[in-house]
Amino acid sequence: MRKEFICIECPNSCKLVVDIENDKVVNVTGNKCKKGETYAKCEVENPSRVLTSIVLAEGLEIKMVPVRTNKPIAKKLILTAAEEIKKIRINNSVKVGDIIVPDFLNTGADLVATREVRNE
Amino acid sequence: MIERDLVIVGGGPAGMAAAVSAHENGVKDILLLERDQFLGGILNQCIHTGFGLNYFKEILTGPEFADRFIKKIDDIKDIEVSLKSFVIKLNNNLEITYLKPGEMNEVKAKAVIMATGCRERTREMAHIAGTRPSGIFSAGLAQKLINVEGLLAGNEVVVVGSGDIGLIMARRMTLEGAKVKAVIEIQKQSKGLVRNIVQCLDDFGIPLYLSHKISRIYGQDRVNKVDVVKVDDKYNEIPGTKFEISCDTVLISAGLIPENELIEMAGVEIDRKTNTPVATDKNKTSIEGLFVCGNAFQIYDLVDSVARDSILAGKMAAEYLKDKK
Repeated sequence: MRKEFICIECPNSCKLVVDIENDKVVNVTGNKCKKGETYAKCEVENPSRVLTSIVLAEGLEIKMVPVRTNKPIAKKLILTAAEEIKKIRINNSVKVGDIIVPDFLNTGADLVATREVRNE
Repeated sequence: MIERDLVIVGGGPAGMAAAVSAHENGVKDILLLERDQFLGGILNQCIHTGFGLNYFKEILTGPEFADRFIKKIDDIKDIEVSLKSFVIKLNNNLEITYLKPGEMNEVKAKAVIMATGCRERTREMAHIAGTRPSGIFSAGLAQKLINVEGLLAGNEVVVVGSGDIGLIMARRMTLEGAKVKAVIEIQKQSKGLVRNIVQCLDDFGIPLYLSHKISRIYGQDRVNKVDVVKVDDKYNEIPGTKFEISCDTVLISAGLIPENELIEMAGVEIDRKTNTPVATDKNKTSIEGLFVCGNAFQIYDLVDSVARDSILAGKMAAEYLKDKK
């Protein structure tokens, strides 16, 4: 089977032509770099995305702390994960990269802060 | 009046990159004015990924990209950062007046770099007819409300314009539990990056209507529906194609306009169509020693390009100051 994808790894947005056999990628063309090949493989075999969101802060200098998963997580988990993030609270200062929730939802990815936020 | 070698107006990516670059090129006396209480500018509300791939060779979120520059600035003691500092006046002698809580300050600069960024085009500029209820936001305002204030702009959303901010916000509202019913684009093609159509719309099954426009907004206190109609090549409505979408929120993503009132006040020649300075060269203006960089000089798609050209502006200002001595 042949499928077309747009690579989302960078703003080039390469148009990938992907040959798939038994749910596995056997050939990728149209990519300008190696990332396209990895993306196509991932998109066919285990589609995943980095999730970014915000977590409510308590007693910090700003109200919302921006966060991300430090690795892509399964695409089908994204909406559940976005809901789960709403339950989290941060009540101490954080630096960029500080882990808020390790192994978030057993995905193997940590939820980390993306902004330095000090105590009030 | 206090005198400074270089004053930079705006502490977003453009201003920070220009400041670091000017310092690297030998400027020892830099004042960086920022109206917000933090450095970082619009990056602070751009919590999504996609920044820094060219400049840092990594995929960062907006706040992470800002953090890298904030740390550089913190380490350079020749750069004085003045927050909550709102510039109200600039003249052709490079004298700047700015407000800080409880005080008004004046400074005379040998060179000035304006890194004032841009603002969003409004509903009025997009010529959308109808009532004026609440529930109509520019996409960037809705982005600030959710990502900085933690407030969701609405529950049933139609996005007008498929620029990157509109696409990013379609996803963002969806992730926060809103139902994004459609993105309406008057052009035949989206102005946004294709990757954003894939990861912001296709991932969530949000329909994109190309060659369509919103012909009317309805609602008394709050938006309750919009009319959508197909348009021909000349953007005229095609009869018989109208349909309605019920919604309580309309987000407008109709492009950006450089914010250049201050240089205009100083007498810089401005191109009325683009609101950018008329210039012989990148980052220059018709006033000697007055430079403009980042989205104030021209609208960029990527912050990486803003940083690249602002670094150039910092260097240009440094060379100007050297020549002046």
